[in-house]
Amino acid sequence: MTDSSPTPPAVLMRGITKRFPGVLANDHIDLEVRQGEIHALLGENGAGKTTLMNILYGIYHPDEGSIEIYGRPVSIHSPHDAIKLGIGMIHQQFRLVQTHTVVENVILGMGKGFVFREKEASEKIRELSARYNLKVDPDAYIWQLSAGEQQRVEILKALYRGAQILILDEPTSMLTPGEIEDLLKTLHRMTEEGHTILFITHKLDEVTAISHRVTILRQGRVIATLETSQTNERELARLMVGREVLFRLSKEQIQPGEVMLQVENLQALNDKGLFALKGISFTIRQGEIFGIAGVAGNGQRELVEALIGLRPVQAGRVFLQKDEITHDSPRARIEKGLACVPSERLTALVPSMSVAENMVLKSYRQPAFGRGILLDRTTVRSYSQRLIEQYAVITPSCDTLVKLLSGGNIQRALLARELSSQPRLLIAATPTAGLDVGATETIWQILLEQRRQGRAILLISEDLEEVMTLSDRVAVLFSGEIMGIVRSEAQNLEKIGLMMAGAFRLPQEEWV
Amino acid sequence: MIDFLISIVSLTIPAGTALLYGTLGEVYAERSGVLNLGVEGMMIMGAVTGFAVTTATGNALLGILAAAIIGVLMSLVHAFASVTLRVNQVVSGLALTMLGLGISGMMGKRFIGLPLAGRLTPLDIPVLSDLPILGPMFFRFNILVYFSILLVPLLWFILYKTHWGITLRSVGENPAAADAMGINVSLVRYLAVMFGGMLAGLGGAYLSVAYAPAWIEGMTAGAGWIVIALTIFSLWDPRRALLGAYLFGGVRVLQFFLQPLGISPNLLNMLPFLLTIVVLWMISEQAFRRRIGVPAALMQPYSREER
Ligand SMILES: Nc1ncnc2c1ncn2[C@@H]1O[C@H](COP(=O)(O)OP(=O)(O)O)[C@@H](O)[C@H]1O
Ligand SMILES: [Mg+2]
Repeated sequence: MTDSSPTPPAVLMRGITKRFPGVLANDHIDLEVRQGEIHALLGENGAGKTTLMNILYGIYHPDEGSIEIYGRPVSIHSPHDAIKLGIGMIHQQFRLVQTHTVVENVILGMGKGFVFREKEASEKIRELSARYNLKVDPDAYIWQLSAGEQQRVEILKALYRGAQILILDEPTSMLTPGEIEDLLKTLHRMTEEGHTILFITHKLDEVTAISHRVTILRQGRVIATLETSQTNERELARLMVGREVLFRLSKEQIQPGEVMLQVENLQALNDKGLFALKGISFTIRQGEIFGIAGVAGNGQRELVEALIGLRPVQAGRVFLQKDEITHDSPRARIEKGLACVPSERLTALVPSMSVAENMVLKSYRQPAFGRGILLDRTTVRSYSQRLIEQYAVITPSCDTLVKLLSGGNIQRALLARELSSQPRLLIAATPTAGLDVGATETIWQILLEQRRQGRAILLISEDLEEVMTLSDRVAVLFSGEIMGIVRSEAQNLEKIGLMMAGAFRLPQEEWV
Repeated sequence: MIDFLISIVSLTIPAGTALLYGTLGEVYAERSGVLNLGVEGMMIMGAVTGFAVTTATGNALLGILAAAIIGVLMSLVHAFASVTLRVNQVVSGLALTMLGLGISGMMGKRFIGLPLAGRLTPLDIPVLSDLPILGPMFFRFNILVYFSILLVPLLWFILYKTHWGITLRSVGENPAAADAMGINVSLVRYLAVMFGGMLAGLGGAYLSVAYAPAWIEGMTAGAGWIVIALTIFSLWDPRRALLGAYLFGGVRVLQFFLQPLGISPNLLNMLPFLLTIVVLWMISEQAFRRRIGVPAALMQPYSREER
């Protein structure tokens, strides 16, 4: 114990530095977290938040720096050490064994004795979940649980190990608005019991809603640590991004034109052979962005794959304008004017080929690009150069390999290619996932500009803010069904939240 | 007719026992996420070592023990390559098989054609072995056969009803989750692979010290490959491993009955290799993997710092 202060901080990290090949993820970071507080760690994607917390949890080893827990210098070599020090971490990608039950996951590595006494263990878990209001069935299998429930299992795992210091890495990113509220309540309850909480986020409203203090990271450095009560979202945004941010995007009124995509009673299976889409119908018109909101894993992936022809359709029909494409090959669909920016953007590009080659990946068969069976490199390059300029892709040259670009530029290059064919419909699946605020802004602008030009766009995103900002109409996907279609207006937000949780279904005649 | 049945059963169980040992071991190794294609190599080394040590000492149990140790040592090579060095598990396992076949061939030259002094003899279980019909069917085997059968419920219980089992399965399903809970993923994988090696060695010794008993070069004749296939057909469950092993034991026995009818034994000899190809394809196919419940991290090296 240090004698300088009566209650030493729960966590004190000093001069933490961590390098990955080519990036300085943490640059001499100092962080002090007081006992019993909720401390927010705010920063854009790539700021180094997860890295810092992984160091605290023993998953990464810092290149430099020291850590004290409750005033005692410690060295944390593995999660095992961290657990012994009373630290628990809930990762952004849950670390759960999907095929095991809740109890099996919770007691993992903690079991006393040789034989697994399931009843005793699940009794103890029931007690814990009642105490902290973390509702979950101990005997359920993880794969049966929603993202919110899985997160509760993760919290239970930490509590079961007696964690006093709890790290939550972007805990709200997979939750519905209702679930977020419950989580925040639980966290308050935990601080009342003396737990200390480290809450990672890049959402400003969450910082102001629950934290006592906030530390802002940018590009691996600490920018400031502030009392939350003495700051505001505007200041936080400026500190986080390093410049003033425009929060307003102009979305003008547009009269939607003719129907470009019509989906009727679409049904498809997931990889397990179960129905992932249970009869989905909607239409999208020219000059309209149609948003699909919902928590990940409710059929979004299957919907995209069924529409672009990578997943067989079990029943139902799909029309692109007047052409039926239900059973067309992916290539036939492309030729009929379907374009797609998939959620895993690197699967739509060849990362180890140049920007120019990627730009013509779908159109190189056109006579304009060829000389006989050979590619006409000069034409290809001048054509890509034009797209690079038009979409403001930042790249040293059009011969640079795609994998060397940043996420935002890869996405712009991909959009450039997909839009260059003037498609009848653009599918954009989580188009800004993993991008920072600046890059997100430009992607949003591109999509809105396309809408202005009369493009029909299907936007699928788990980021509710994104769906609400861009779309004209929003459909909520839950468990393979559309729960309702509403206008994207602030007053519908609560309804959308309930539908995302499956707690509410809008009667069909009220769909817009 | 009854006599025929008795002879089929009493031949099938011994014929499937080496497969059972190998499969039980491989089930545990794969449950931890490590595919070991070196089973054939470890088995044949177990066979030659078992034979050599039994000949030298005149004590079959010492021979079996030595075979188990050789199996463990060989599996350590694979564990080191696939867990510590994180190289491709297929390549490392294949190398182990080549190595085993080569070394055993060299080591065994002097034993070819020799009779085995001190072979493992059948152990008639008192009372039970005198039962009509059931006695000759089930209770006149050697000790290695009984032991392999006892292992089945034991290993099943450990896998599903104990903390060890939960830990083992978690490591094979999601090593990152196990790691985050303070479990030493590498240690678990090492132990599982070594256990697999031990049982493969035992299986080999069973062939040369009890079943044959003799040393014949390449005497495992693809048993290690059948083990790989059986592991998958067992869906990583020791109980189904028993079923599969005896099924294949039965096929071997049938071979003796079919040969006089003019059906080439080469057809049956091809089977293990064909099966292995099918099986490797199945566990590489993403959609299929999920459907049959392959341990999700099978063949995937784990590194804490990698994303
Ligand atoms: N395991 C890793 N290997 C290589 N680079 C990494 C690894 N983890 C993080 N990084 C890099 O370190 C930087 C910080 O990442 P991260 O800590 O995940 O940021 P945040 O959580 O704030 O979004 C990023 O540039 C990221 O690409
Ligand atoms: Mg992160």
